[in-house]
Amino acid sequence: MVANLGYGSLIIAFLVSIYGAGAAFYGARKNLPSLVDSARNAMLLTFPLLTVTALSIVYLLVNAHYEFPFVDEVISNSMPFYLRITALWGGQAGSLIFWSWLMSAFAAAVTLRKWNRDREFLPWVILVSLVTLAFFLILSIFVENPFVRLWQSPIGNITTSVLQPSGTTLYIPSNGNGMNPLLRHLGMIIHPPMLYLGFVSFVIPYAFAMAALITGRTDDRWIRLTRRWTLVAWLFLSLGLILGARWAYDVLGWGGFWNWDPVETASLMPWLTGTAFLHSVMIQEKRGMLKQWNMVLIILTYDLVIFGTFLTRSGVLSSVHAFAQSAIGPLFFAFIGLTFVASLSLLSRRWNDLRSDAEMTSIYSREGLFLGNNLLFIAVFIFCFWGVIFPVLTEALGIIGQKIPALAGIFNGQKITVGPNFYNSTTVYGFAGLALLMGITPVSAWRNSTAKTVGKSLIIPFALSLLIIPVLLLGGMRSIPAMIGFWICTFTIIVTVNEFWRAARARHRAQKENLLLAFWHLASKNRRRYGGYIIHLGAILMGLGIIGYYFFQTETQGTIPQGGQISLGQYTVTFDSLSVFNTSDNRNVARAVISAYKNGQFVGELYPRRDYYNESQQTVTIPGVRSTLEDDLYIILADWQPLSTTGATFKVYHNPLINWLWIGGFVFIIGMLWAAWPVKELEMVALQNSVPIQKQAG
Amino acid sequence: MNETSAKPNEKISKPALPRWGRIVAWVGLFALLVVVAMVLLRKQQGPVAIGQVPPAFTLTTFDGQQIGAANMAGKVVLVNFWASWCKPCEQEAADLEAAWRYYQPRGDVLFLGIAWTDTETASLAYIDKFNITYPNGPDLGTTISQAYRTTGVPETYIIDKNGRLAALKLSPYTSLSEIQSAIDPLLTP
Amino acid sequence: MLKKNLLAVFLALFFGLLFTGVVIAQQPTPSDDEVNAIAKQLYCPVCENIPLDVCPTTACAQWRELIRQKLADGWSEQTIKDYFVQQYGARVLGSPPAKGLNWLIYLVPPIAILAGVYVLYHAYRSWKRPSRAEESAPSNSLSDRDANQDEYIKRLENEVRKR
Repeated sequence: MVANLGYGSLIIAFLVSIYGAGAAFYGARKNLPSLVDSARNAMLLTFPLLTVTALSIVYLLVNAHYEFPFVDEVISNSMPFYLRITALWGGQAGSLIFWSWLMSAFAAAVTLRKWNRDREFLPWVILVSLVTLAFFLILSIFVENPFVRLWQSPIGNITTSVLQPSGTTLYIPSNGNGMNPLLRHLGMIIHPPMLYLGFVSFVIPYAFAMAALITGRTDDRWIRLTRRWTLVAWLFLSLGLILGARWAYDVLGWGGFWNWDPVETASLMPWLTGTAFLHSVMIQEKRGMLKQWNMVLIILTYDLVIFGTFLTRSGVLSSVHAFAQSAIGPLFFAFIGLTFVASLSLLSRRWNDLRSDAEMTSIYSREGLFLGNNLLFIAVFIFCFWGVIFPVLTEALGIIGQKIPALAGIFNGQKITVGPNFYNSTTVYGFAGLALLMGITPVSAWRNSTAKTVGKSLIIPFALSLLIIPVLLLGGMRSIPAMIGFWICTFTIIVTVNEFWRAARARHRAQKENLLLAFWHLASKNRRRYGGYIIHLGAILMGLGIIGYYFFQTETQGTIPQGGQISLGQYTVTFDSLSVFNTSDNRNVARAVISAYKNGQFVGELYPRRDYYNESQQTVTIPGVRSTLEDDLYIILADWQPLSTTGATFKVYHNPLINWLWIGGFVFIIGMLWAAWPVKELEMVALQNSVPIQKQAG
Repeated sequence: MNETSAKPNEKISKPALPRWGRIVAWVGLFALLVVVAMVLLRKQQGPVAIGQVPPAFTLTTFDGQQIGAANMAGKVVLVNFWASWCKPCEQEAADLEAAWRYYQPRGDVLFLGIAWTDTETASLAYIDKFNITYPNGPDLGTTISQAYRTTGVPETYIIDKNGRLAALKLSPYTSLSEIQSAIDPLLTP
Repeated sequence: MLKKNLLAVFLALFFGLLFTGVVIAQQPTPSDDEVNAIAKQLYCPVCENIPLDVCPTTACAQWRELIRQKLADGWSEQTIKDYFVQQYGARVLGSPPAKGLNWLIYLVPPIAILAGVYVLYHAYRSWKRPSRAEESAPSNSLSDRDANQDEYIKRLENEVRKR
């Protein structure tokens, strides 16, 4: 039946990927193009095979085949159809298959491109991709196999295995646990796939980088080939992070969107190095510099992707994200060890081949400022990495302390928590610096810019941006850090918008197009630059939301009787009523009706509620939120007295400017799509009137 | 055709990152892998295993008594981790107390209850509710549970007269006889 | 008669003072916000990485009540935090206590970043002074040939880079 088909397909895919990796390696070493082509076909084949597996898993989920334990964990009778499909990534076993399927999709897509000019890369790209895929398939087949079934022995013991043990019968529970209710939100339906797409797609640029190192083709070629891949990978990763933040805000019920939870931070780290990489490759393309550094960055980004995945799934870090501990840890560790060591060895071997000849003439040149950008991203990354790894380090030192009593005093292995304070107070400088750089770099030129030329172009934007300060002061703001933040945002917006304006106006004058059309053509002709500017604008808008939230959020909590009210700043909320009822999909819901008033004026009704899911015995708190451009009024029903409605406890948050975070996120996404949109690659045009041929001497 | 000469601008100056760079990179990588491996191994270990000697600890009871290795030597010791907010703990509370009353007259069995991440008032209320008479105390700083590598409550560890772990139960006991069948084999008649 | 009145007055005064005294000794119950201000800085000892003010479990609710009680008893914020550390271990604090090894968490990143800046500076210096001076001068004809080749290669590269 379907499960057997899916399992068979999984095993065949595994064998095919092992074959492909081996054929690619052997074909490259022995210079046998036909073998390499065979490996290429193998890589292509993994995609349909794993599609069959993935579809069979979805089939089992949708039809609630509870004899499979992985179905029990994430499906229950009351779950609707669309949620059953998303249950594919709701548990460990399913999400590993999902990951492998995505991996094979990307591998197949890479296979289908034209390889004529880069045949030397092909075997190594195949090798790296298929080895990675094979690893994840090993996890699926040998550790977290979704195709194990429940079997019941005659005396009532229940075991799990793929094949039927003798004397047992199939055991089919009547209902499952159902998916963790926190995952049943729209954001959660998109966030894991986006994040997985981001993670998995970074394998391709990494594979090309490894191919470049192995073959010695250490010039630009590997970067040009993977330019769009990297942008797309970065796009998905950014999207995954933004959506994760939105989901946390909507459903986790603590009035915020980012907690510096170790697993969250672990997914931010590849984004930091990936963004640094996106910028510094431009230096390599334009000036031929920083080849070594770009290699370091792509290796670091990919290694952080799998390191972060390892930390999440192995149980080394415990957090709200951690899946249940399993035997995955040691296998994953072996894979990480292999990848890190291989990457560092190859890099070390080719280090001197990556030397570049160019020189940097000025730190105010665009390449100089991009280096500054890289430095800031890496600085933020160092804080994040250290914060995540430090508790692991102290625990390891504690183990040593246990073995060596002399050191037990200082290596006491006391578990510690590195909380948001550490990250917020350290990374803020990096992010502020980056925001400022976003405003300075557009006016710098490649190669030759001095402090004078850059300064001259910035005088007017700088002066204009200072106008925001008196505006804020008049508005009553007194926080200096916040004002500096808002000033930086204003400055960068002015500079970026001016870039569009200047160029569009020049085009309008030269070609007599109307301004709007000029703007459109301009942005289409140079998608990367203007897409980048749109992304920067999006980031600044997000920055506005972040400043408002971190500096000006207020909260209060109170227990009030029906009819009572709580005040927070300009807002007053009254508790109108509370109803408790059961829903058809087996939830018990407590829903409060709150009337919100701003400065005495009624502004709306809000419905914070608490859903208790009977099947999984878990609670989800859904806030009642009133959103405007200016702020969010965010109310949580924290507690209530069940029988006598003597009172309920509400937590009220006021989040100024928070919606600019989501608006900015939207602009960010538009910018990414713009920059990444496929454009017909220009063929290189032969030079006319080229260099005169020198007669041979003698 | 012209011969291709050596790379025109070949750098003869020393490389920017000499050997120390490589050393730092490899040492750093090695250290990272070792640290992660150590912690991973420990997480894989799970709680104290049967046959091992559990770490020594001193429990300060709610009454102010200090119970340490000296009090536990030569006795069969049952160490039970619980918390007042833990619903499954209540299932076994009555059975544990009954078992204690059964074994106490012998003098060579000791029951210790360890309140894990609990508040004193709530713990005392729990003890009152189930009329628990064996010594109970808070797990100060969660040091005892960390030493035993527990993963939650309720968990029970039974140590034999030689100080080795003889039995462990990572869920509530379902009956008095289950407790007795775990302890009886360890008693010398 | 006078004595009875005096006694009545004395008793009234006595109990009046007693009553007032009791009222003064009673402090107002700390509000939720005061409790949360401290709970925000603490983490749930059971469920990792969830701040104490938002954790919905029974245990966390008990701990918030504990904070409320200690506040009512007049304990300061630091004393309460120290109490929690003593009871539940250092991981209940949002920021690691700055003693023993924990200094490293604040020290290492700045040192690493400074090291990075130094490497960058060093690299920048080496870029600013390329090895022109160190190249040996090749023979004339060879150099002419090379120069033309360089020209051609440069123009090719420029063309490619324009894309």
